[in-house]
Amino acid sequence: MKSLDSVFAAYIIGWAVFFVFYLTIAKRTSSLRKEVHRLKNSLNRGK
Amino acid sequence: MWKRAIGAAFVVFLVGAAAYVSFYVAPDEKTMHVLYRIFYFHAAAAWAGMTAFFICFVANLLYVWRRDEKWDSLAVSCAEVGLAFITVVLITGPIWAKPAWGIYWTWDARLTSTFVLWLLYISYLLLRTLVEEPDRRALLSALFGIFAFIDVPIVFGAIRWWRTQHPAPVIMGGPNSGLDPTMAKVFFFSVLAMHVLMAFLVAERYGLEKLRTDLELVRREVEAI
Repeated sequence: MKSLDSVFAAYIIGWAVFFVFYLTIAKRTSSLRKEVHRLKNSLNRGK
Repeated sequence: MWKRAIGAAFVVFLVGAAAYVSFYVAPDEKTMHVLYRIFYFHAAAAWAGMTAFFICFVANLLYVWRRDEKWDSLAVSCAEVGLAFITVVLITGPIWAKPAWGIYWTWDARLTSTFVLWLLYISYLLLRTLVEEPDRRALLSALFGIFAFIDVPIVFGAIRWWRTQHPAPVIMGGPNSGLDPTMAKVFFFSVLAMHVLMAFLVAERYGLEKLRTDLELVRREVEAI
């Protein structure tokens, strides 16, 4: 039974690491996209 | 947007299928029974991580040769994704080791060389935060990345050259090694699923790096006004 707990722990923690890593990419992408959009708008207003 | 969603759904399906076959299709192992099923996750993640570092190494070489920004973007994307995979390997390994060996960690050749690999790629990413000028940052990190890759063959060979705590290889391990045919099929399917996940994460991370370049260009335009 203890072995099964270890197997589940390994899979759950492993997937959690990948999921959190993907979330950090998505979050960084979203904030950069907002920044590009904001700068492009200010550039258009400047022209 | 739709392409990304379909890609993500395909990756989730594939890794879900790999988990299913690891639990329900692969037969039990004689000594470790259900515990050995961590192998399909742990070893497959290690293979995918090593592939990411190999692509990073090739991209670093191409950057030094061609000085094209896209190779630097690919190298940093692969380094970060490879690091995530090796982090998973370093977490799942001790979870497996405790019930199998009675200890979470020992400074054996394979474990130590993998930990050193993890530290090397952390250093690679840290180095990039310390250099402001983009071309200088790309060149220095490419050179460091080429150096860091030296540890990958050491990790591969550690269980072949030195007999310490980590088990001997069951794949590419010589005449006395090998896997049961069903186990081998499940393992290679898990390796495929992990590689697809790795490619998906690299593509997402590369998109982020491209966006960073775009931001730099727009910033320069704004400053020029």
